[in-house]
Amino acid sequence: MDKVSIIISKGSLEGVYPGLILANGARMEGIEVNLFFTFFGMDAINKAKYEHLKVATVGNPGLGIPTMVGGLPGMSALVTHQMEKKMEALDIPPIPEFVTMIADSGAKLYACKASVDMFDLERSNFIDEVEAIITVGDFYRMADGGQIIFT
Amino acid sequence: MTTMTLEHTTLEVDAEGYLQKPEQWTRAIGEAIAREMGVTMTDRHWVVCDFMRERFLSTGAAPSIRSLGKDSGVPIKELYQLFPKGPAKMASRIAGIPKPHGCI
Repeated sequence: MDKVSIIISKGSLEGVYPGLILANGARMEGIEVNLFFTFFGMDAINKAKYEHLKVATVGNPGLGIPTMVGGLPGMSALVTHQMEKKMEALDIPPIPEFVTMIADSGAKLYACKASVDMFDLERSNFIDEVEAIITVGDFYRMADGGQIIFT
Repeated sequence: MTTMTLEHTTLEVDAEGYLQKPEQWTRAIGEAIAREMGVTMTDRHWVVCDFMRERFLSTGAAPSIRSLGKDSGVPIKELYQLFPKGPAKMASRIAGIPKPHGCI
């Protein structure tokens, strides 16, 4: 495979990591990478938010925490903290470091124009590593000739 | 078992050309593997390969790309300039150690 374009559409910790791991792993194999952040996935490149992404403890049956318990104050922070500790032990970087690492590895980062408009955001809300805010059409042109993965 | 002959030495390798016995490796063999991969070794390439080899020999595992970028003295951007087809993969092959298995 020569090129992959990965879409990150969710803003929870467990929603963002798979796309980042796929992107980093592709670069490690010498594969060209485009990363397209849309909807709440944009939180992973939002300066004010990307240090504070949390695990969703409600509506997340895989976690094994009953919804009513998952909704208690501090639950999401607690589970996030535990997961971050585990990840650090496995040498998986925190989101901000990971995003920078992936950009440094030569992957191209983009924000989705429709989502940017919907959330009243602008270029200055995003980290410097973001190349541009692009339309869906731009994305397809960019992804042409490679594989597309939606997460 | 697959073998490959470089610098007049018969080497045990896996299907992708990674040395299976790091003790068979010499710097000249590393240079020859690099040449085969189209890499012209510079001092900076050697900083990375030496770091990977030392780490593997002392811990039994190749470093993650994160650790490579933080601890080798060569930052991530430069790693990918030196080894465009994947720094951890290419450098470990040149350094005569098995292919790294981690996802990060």
